[in-house]
Amino acid sequence: MDSRITEKLKILADAAKYDVSCSSSGGKRKNENKGLGNAEGMGICHSYTEDGRCVSLLKILLTNHCIFDCAYCVTRKSNDIKRAAFTVQEVVDLTINFYRRNYIEGLFLSSGIFKNADYTMERLVRIAKKLRQEEKFNGYIHLKTIPGASDELIKEAGLYADRLSVNIELPSEMSLQQLAPEKNYAEILQPMGSIKNQLIQAKEEKVLFKSAPAFAPAGQSTQLIVGASAENDHQILQLSNQLYKDYSLKRVYYSGYVPISSDNRLPIITEPPIIRENRIYQADWLMRFYGFNVQEIVDEQNPHLDLDIDPKLGWALRNRHMFPVEMNTADYEMILRVPGIGVKSAKKIVSARRFTPLNFENLRQMGVVLKRAKYFITCQTKSMYRQDFDSHTLKNRILFGDGSVRSTLLTQQLDLFKNAG
Amino acid sequence: MCLYTYDGTFEGLLTVVFEAYERKAWPTAIEQEQLAQPIMFGQTIAVATDEEKVSRVWKGLQKKLSVSALKALYHTYLWEQPGFEMLIFSYIKLVFSTDQNIEDNYAAPCVLQVQQVAKQMFREKHRMEAFVRFQKTEDNLYYATISPDFNVLPLIIQHFEKRYADQRWAIYDTQRKYGAYYDLHTVSLINLELPQQQRTVPANAFSEEEDKYKQLWQVYFDHVNIPERKNPKLHLRHVPKRYWKYLSEKQPRALTAKPTN
Repeated sequence: MDSRITEKLKILADAAKYDVSCSSSGGKRKNENKGLGNAEGMGICHSYTEDGRCVSLLKILLTNHCIFDCAYCVTRKSNDIKRAAFTVQEVVDLTINFYRRNYIEGLFLSSGIFKNADYTMERLVRIAKKLRQEEKFNGYIHLKTIPGASDELIKEAGLYADRLSVNIELPSEMSLQQLAPEKNYAEILQPMGSIKNQLIQAKEEKVLFKSAPAFAPAGQSTQLIVGASAENDHQILQLSNQLYKDYSLKRVYYSGYVPISSDNRLPIITEPPIIRENRIYQADWLMRFYGFNVQEIVDEQNPHLDLDIDPKLGWALRNRHMFPVEMNTADYEMILRVPGIGVKSAKKIVSARRFTPLNFENLRQMGVVLKRAKYFITCQTKSMYRQDFDSHTLKNRILFGDGSVRSTLLTQQLDLFKNAG
Repeated sequence: MCLYTYDGTFEGLLTVVFEAYERKAWPTAIEQEQLAQPIMFGQTIAVATDEEKVSRVWKGLQKKLSVSALKALYHTYLWEQPGFEMLIFSYIKLVFSTDQNIEDNYAAPCVLQVQQVAKQMFREKHRMEAFVRFQKTEDNLYYATISPDFNVLPLIIQHFEKRYADQRWAIYDTQRKYGAYYDLHTVSLINLELPQQQRTVPANAFSEEEDKYKQLWQVYFDHVNIPERKNPKLHLRHVPKRYWKYLSEKQPRALTAKPTN
């Protein structure tokens, strides 16, 4: 086997893996030219790494040569590591051959910045163009937008890519100045704004002309690093909230900082903050799918998410006056706010109760986690509990009482503390 | 006691439904004729599939159910787990005995169970779409074998047909002994009883580049992992061990080539 390409793949996959996004959903690209691939409908995870993350795309850097020196990044200029670069053809061959064997949904291509932003961006676009036009490839393509790249190149990228993303990485301008001196917020937000405008424009044109070209049909996303700088959960979630609203992002990804570098600009940590990252994701979900306002999840008084319990339970414990919720009459929106009830069971409850009054057994069978929900609901005015627990007792009952909800992750990290102590 | 036997097809099962209504004799069990045990008490009714009766039952169902509920019923048939015939029967009986559409009545046991079966089927179908790994043979055929928990091959064909429109491919179910073959124009189902030793394709039948890409994929898989975040429980929940046999990234690594210099 060609050992040079193996070596490159090792280096450039290693360098790309801290970008957590691997989504392949939301595309609408159909195989209409009897070509290769189809990216309509839902994403597919073709494998999972041993850390439990989905492998959906071939996620690589074009090169890890970089002129920037961002403290949190393995690829930073001052880091003494092996450097490599793929040729355009090598990336195309890998993508096509992996795709044909059903290993991947497509390509996620990013790059270290060599020479300048436009020079780098132009290479990324060239690869996407070649895949679409010469290889008739209809699989998923996610291109990273290089901060500072010109509008024209971003526009062209959107013609070939399904998703574009610009990583913010650090949740405040101040941290950015400290840890990524060559970057600034204006330069990051500018392409984000430009993508947003192009997305709107393309949608409007589509209404007028059916044949108008699609622009990044799966939208744009970004990533924030959690734990490399001092921002609290309130600041982070407020920023994501703003990004969802102002830039209509499809997703904000959060990446618990993995201590990869000994750069003295960074805090010294030994373990990536996995539980915190998980709680932030849960909060993000509450904002996007459960109708929660960011202020209900965290505020100035409670700027940190509780690591012991999920944010929905946390909200319920702070708002006991909203409960109990009667399953046979409450609005869908309120049922969705009950700990232990997800979107699917909430929908089932609302449709099934049209046929017959529901009892606790019905709920259990529909997938409601009664261990948590039972303290917050009634069925036909009956409650599973006579006593009135205060919030503190309730939290302990749910955490340690009959059927605890402590996640495996939490248990794992607690075990680690035990070992360390 | 009333045992109905049928030929094992979905149409046969719908004919049983027709016969049960015709005779007003509700089944206590429904079994495939080649699997049925003679019963000591009560009668056994052997039902022959009848197109006319099938279409009357199906049209009746179409009037009262949405397309997705009809699909869920067909998927319950492909589920093949013990008792699926009676589950389908009780569902259909509930449909015909209720004025309104019952498909959202999750408080009724058979409706909930059909919905859960449909979910299981969807998951298995989705896993096959994800975990199938094609190997390219010397004559440019992309070949894969599967042995899914449920009979999902008919459900995944369309996905692969749309995706790999420009390459010849075949997927063979080693447990149910049939496969699907796409010849660049259409997909055909092929029943094929392969002797044990021929089920695995000999290594020399694969194209030269096959090994190269398999190894590159393994390299990629190993290097996209973040060891500091290792989480075996989560990993196993996503990829249960019974699926590892499909995954080239889970196969033993070939000896790493020595550096050439």
